[in-house]
Amino acid sequence: MAPASAAATEVEVTAWAAKDTSGHLAPFTFSRRATGPGDVKFKVLFCGVCHSDLHQIHNDWGGSLYPMVPGHEIVGEVTEVGSEVKAFKVGEIVGVGCMVNSCQTCDPCTRHLEQYCLKKVIWTYSDKDYDGTLTQGGYSTIMVCKQEFVLKIPTNLPLDAAAPLLCAGITVYSPMKHYQMDVSGKHFGVVGLGGLGHMAVKFGKAFGMTVTVFSTSPAKEKEAREVLGADHFIVSKDPEQMKAAAGSIDYIIDTVSASHPLDPYLSTLKLDGKLVMVGIPEKPLSIHAFSLTSARRFVGGSGIGGIKETQEMLDFCGEHNITCIIEKIPISYINTAMERLGKTDVKYRFVIDIGNSLKSEN
Amino acid sequence: MQETCNMTSPTTVSHVAGEEILSWAAKDESGHLAPLKISRRPTGPQDVRLKVMYCGICHSDLHQITNDWKNSSFPMVPGHEIVGVVTEIGLDVECFKVGQHVGVGCMVRSCHACDSCQLGLEQYCPKVVWTYNSTDTADGTPTQGGYSAVMVCNQRFVLRMPPNLPLDASAPLLCAGITVWSPMKYFGMVEQGKHLGLVGLGGLGHMAIKFAKAFGMKVTVFSSSPGKEKEAREILGADNFIITKDNEKMKNAAKSIDYIIDTIPSAHCLDPYLALLKTNGKMVLLGVSTEPVQISVYSLIFGRHFVGGSLIGGIAETQEMLDFCGAHNITCMIEKIPITYTNSAMDRLMKSDVKYRFVIDIENSLKE
Repeated sequence: MAPASAAATEVEVTAWAAKDTSGHLAPFTFSRRATGPGDVKFKVLFCGVCHSDLHQIHNDWGGSLYPMVPGHEIVGEVTEVGSEVKAFKVGEIVGVGCMVNSCQTCDPCTRHLEQYCLKKVIWTYSDKDYDGTLTQGGYSTIMVCKQEFVLKIPTNLPLDAAAPLLCAGITVYSPMKHYQMDVSGKHFGVVGLGGLGHMAVKFGKAFGMTVTVFSTSPAKEKEAREVLGADHFIVSKDPEQMKAAAGSIDYIIDTVSASHPLDPYLSTLKLDGKLVMVGIPEKPLSIHAFSLTSARRFVGGSGIGGIKETQEMLDFCGEHNITCIIEKIPISYINTAMERLGKTDVKYRFVIDIGNSLKSEN
Repeated sequence: MQETCNMTSPTTVSHVAGEEILSWAAKDESGHLAPLKISRRPTGPQDVRLKVMYCGICHSDLHQITNDWKNSSFPMVPGHEIVGVVTEIGLDVECFKVGQHVGVGCMVRSCHACDSCQLGLEQYCPKVVWTYNSTDTADGTPTQGGYSAVMVCNQRFVLRMPPNLPLDASAPLLCAGITVWSPMKYFGMVEQGKHLGLVGLGGLGHMAIKFAKAFGMKVTVFSSSPGKEKEAREILGADNFIITKDNEKMKNAAKSIDYIIDTIPSAHCLDPYLALLKTNGKMVLLGVSTEPVQISVYSLIFGRHFVGGSLIGGIAETQEMLDFCGAHNITCMIEKIPITYTNSAMDRLMKSDVKYRFVIDIENSLKE
């Protein structure tokens, strides 16, 4: 294990950033802090493009801080570790997901649910850290991150296809575990077949469940069945197909971020069925209480996952050879990728080949 | 599911043909209730016949006599919080005896074969028959409820009333009580020391407070009516009372609550209440409205919350709840009324002007 280097200066980072709500991304340089005693510094190799990146560069959710370097599905190779870092070493392949800091002492933090930190969880980009610095994400050549928020990537997985596990993967894995939607033999429904949805199908099959995909796009059926292994495919705009599925499903993960009615999906659930939202529509959704009371169902939500369970998920993926279906792109393609993402025209995640396309200007 | 019981030989089956019973019924969706004689079947081998003593007035009665849910058949004798004394039992009935105090709640029949029935959740049986405004699958006749001098019911849907509890104040346990008890048990809202938030203080709500205190929880009531505070604290035992329009107090209560029971029977936005929940907090919706509720998905995701629904409870758990109430001396706060007051009671119920359940004194007021 290499000791901390003598460098005590900030590091210049080459990145692409959005400067305003137009969301247009362009080259940008900024500084990251010097590697502190508890920090891990790494050279970024790949970074996934999450739908949240698209929302945040356009300030869809309010609160966006510019200039913004997005990206929270970051994989790279360690170049330096702080003196107090024991678990990581130079040369190791690591990842950083959606969070880079939290208070570490509140009840959710001590229960490894840092994303629910009662004081303040610090997001990987577009946030103010406890020391006031603006956090910047993985569309950049270098990351410096507290060791508590760095993850080990299984060595047998292709790194580019593993990057989206750090957000898309955990966002689906966490509720499937927490809400116990992982029982072999049960019938699992996935609404929306994008970055999150395709991971839900993969995990569903890995947990031994029968999987039905609900989608508005009939064109996705072939791949859903043949590549992802879905057992059934229902076009959600077809009332006949939806009716035929009434009361047949144990659990549903709903990944759709556009506003949509939930009652039709709730009706497909059996007694005690569960529907968990991981997509975040901007406007409130309407639910008839009867959809819940008539069969003791519930609607829940879940956001990403804690660090410990993210590591657990990564290890599970390593054991079961689960990665994401990606379209690898150079950084120069990112604006086009964002446009296509806005039309959900990607199977199923863009991953930026940072290592080969974003060169440091130093 | 009946416990083992000590029985000597049952009385004989009635050979009397369909008996004409004095009841009060709504004839149409004006919802106006008036005397009506109805026919009840002779006591069959599996039946228990009871003289009705009391019947609670449930908000569902009001919805159904006015055809709010667009599925009402008339004439309709409402009432599904029925308490009485057994006057006759069928040949195959072993667990009840003449003279015993029993109750009938919201259901009178189910298939007993489906998954829901096997789980003791008859209320979710696809063939469940409701106590009134339903068609009895056994004989095709419309079911009629407890605003009636006599009930006849299949033994599997008859409950033992705890002998130590006043019968009038126990009647609403058969719907209001179980409707709150069942989700508290199922969704795990029973842990001592936890903090329960109750939204809406009416028939269901006041039972939620009573059960929560019996389970050793802290209780905060969220209500739009300041007039309910004194009683909520002093009689029902609530620890805190917050007026929902008080934005300061609502804000200060954010992330302080483990479980919320929401009994508001009309469309409303859930977000202000979801904001009260701690991480992993849970909400149950019990009020039934024909209009949808609104939820921002942020409210579910940031805090990993869920909102569930629940419908009354199965027979076994209703008996379990009644026995618990007997052991802990829990009954409902009621306003006892004669049958002749029922129409006025319905008017007042529409304005939530009752603390907290009307109970009709059938025995003493429903006479020729």
